[in-house]
Amino acid sequence: MAMMEYMTTKKDELVGWMRKFSLFPYPFVTACCGMEFMSVSSTLYDTDRFGAALPRFTPRQSDLLMVVGTVSHKEAPILKTVYEQMCEPKWVMAFGACATSGGFYRNYSVVQGIDKIIPVDIYVPGCPPRPETVIDAIMMLQDKIASDRHPIFPFEAQLPVKA
Amino acid sequence: MAYDAMLSDLRGLYERSWDSFGMPVLELRADDLLTLVTRLRGEFGFSLFLDVTAIDYPERSPRFDVVYHFYSRSRNGRIRLKVQVPEERPAVPSLTELYGSARFMEREAHDMYGIEFTGNDDLRPILLYEGFVGHPLRKDYPMDMEQPIVTYRK
Repeated sequence: MAMMEYMTTKKDELVGWMRKFSLFPYPFVTACCGMEFMSVSSTLYDTDRFGAALPRFTPRQSDLLMVVGTVSHKEAPILKTVYEQMCEPKWVMAFGACATSGGFYRNYSVVQGIDKIIPVDIYVPGCPPRPETVIDAIMMLQDKIASDRHPIFPFEAQLPVKA
Repeated sequence: MAYDAMLSDLRGLYERSWDSFGMPVLELRADDLLTLVTRLRGEFGFSLFLDVTAIDYPERSPRFDVVYHFYSRSRNGRIRLKVQVPEERPAVPSLTELYGSARFMEREAHDMYGIEFTGNDDLRPILLYEGFVGHPLRKDYPMDMEQPIVTYRK
């Protein structure tokens, strides 16, 4: 008899484990934090080690929206549309001080944190954040996904849609 | 100075002039602007329109300075023009007939300061959006007043 013909686990743990290692990020890059995003996603820091390396350049195929940089009021409708185009399950990372809180911009043009427009799962501080901070944030998000509920069957109570 | 001959040629078209780090600055009335810029472009080679913006002096009357910068390749030099306009009717003639790039830059100055460029037929918002009330770079615009398009979440 083979060693592992079957194994038992909880469904939420299994699905969470699968989802947390296949994050497909969509980089919504608007400002200078994009440089740091390039650095963190390329060879030296390499988010591929965490299964979050393959950026999809359409929101419809991705499940992690990384808002990288300043979001102005003129751009806010675009960000909201991009968020609404993503399929469930979806997570949002506010990357950098500007996306988190508006940063040092307190004026007529800048949204004071993207959580005024869309729900945010994880905030990454820094101007720009160090790559280690981003990796830490990805790992924390993975923990969150792993411990979350994943109602994949039709008979399960669906999670409320985040608005 | 290298531009003394040019300034004496243009005498009468400007009210006063001074030197700013080697660059001539001319202060003139709005009526003389088109004549002066036409001559600068035609006779002195100022073929590149660098910028138009404004300065707000809330306590002063007239309130605004409209500031132009031009560059001459043949002279390898820049020139700055200043036109004072009042708050009640902040209007200067448009330079779109002379420089195509003036269209966008005048739209920006119209966005930010509310300067009217008579002759520019397309003064829609370029950096701001439709529905934005006021002119954000004026000193009396509240520093933290926002006008969001997307309604905020609770």
